[in-house]
Amino acid sequence: MAQHTESGEKLPSQTKEIWRTFWILLGITALEFVIAFTVDADLYKWTKVGIFIILTLVKAYYIVGIFMHLKHEVKSLIWTVVLPCMFVAWLVVALIVEGGYIGWERLFFIGK
Amino acid sequence: MASANTSTTAEHLIWKGGVQPMKVGYGKLMMWIFLLSDTFTFSALLVAYGLVRYSFPTFEGLRKSFEFSNAWWPIPERVFASVPFLHGINAPLVFVGIMTFILIMSSVTMVLAVEAGHRRDKADVEKYMLWTILGGIAFLSSQAWEWSHFIHGSEEGLALADGTKIFGANLVRNEYGPAAFADFFFFITGFHGTHVFSGVVLNVLIFYNTANGVYEKRGHYDMIEKVGLYWHFVDLVWVFVFTFFYLV
Repeated sequence: MAQHTESGEKLPSQTKEIWRTFWILLGITALEFVIAFTVDADLYKWTKVGIFIILTLVKAYYIVGIFMHLKHEVKSLIWTVVLPCMFVAWLVVALIVEGGYIGWERLFFIGK
Repeated sequence: MASANTSTTAEHLIWKGGVQPMKVGYGKLMMWIFLLSDTFTFSALLVAYGLVRYSFPTFEGLRKSFEFSNAWWPIPERVFASVPFLHGINAPLVFVGIMTFILIMSSVTMVLAVEAGHRRDKADVEKYMLWTILGGIAFLSSQAWEWSHFIHGSEEGLALADGTKIFGANLVRNEYGPAAFADFFFFITGFHGTHVFSGVVLNVLIFYNTANGVYEKRGHYDMIEKVGLYWHFVDLVWVFVFTFFYLV
């Protein structure tokens, strides 16, 4: 909330949480790079994909929660935003599975 | 009007009906609703990408023997492995990593501008808005290079069965994989880039207004917060594009 400084004096800045979030985001991105180039993609492909998706959701939590301040809004606003996104996540999973079937059909009936 | 309001809520945050649904100002709530609708648009692109990608076969052999072909989906880190001024050096995903860093950094300067707005510190808002604009322009320039490199392609190109060669990419065919791969690259990163561009335009507008003392006169810097929400959203979309298009 805007604090009124009628006298025009400077209020101290509160940037501790912002910089903490920045280091977390940077750390996670660095971790993603380490995993991308050290973990064997032939053996652990789906483990890697799983880790990347989890780390992405963690990053999304910090951006939306701290930077966009949603964490400190009222519950009804939080759910207004989060609930539709959960249905979208379901749609993503459902249609990726569907894509696999389309590929299978193409392979069997067209042969390429 | 102000005399009827006995709560501690600032007057500009009260809606015309005299109440404040969801405890935020009208503009900010509408920005959230807009971002939600924009989420659906980007989701549509990512959903379509997921469906098409898994309808194409993946490369069967080991990673080190991977070759580009129109018959299977490419491994993204093989496609995006170049950095400006380092010609011929294989640096998978390094440039995308730099772009990600630029965008996260500009998100931080944006939130610092919002925080300065809370303190009504005009000079600080101006400073951090300038850094944010600079970050946005740096990202757009990086993307321009990335697109140009993707379109022109490698020196070797891709040899087809009939002896012809494909260099680079367009919407019809490309040297990296199925036509849909380049199509999704253009549409997803292009749609995101358009958002970054309009974000930069909005940032320039509010920087201009701040410098002219518009918000100082108005008594609050809420506009910085609203545009800030949009800018963070653009950063958020990139986090998802980075994972699902480049990393996985």
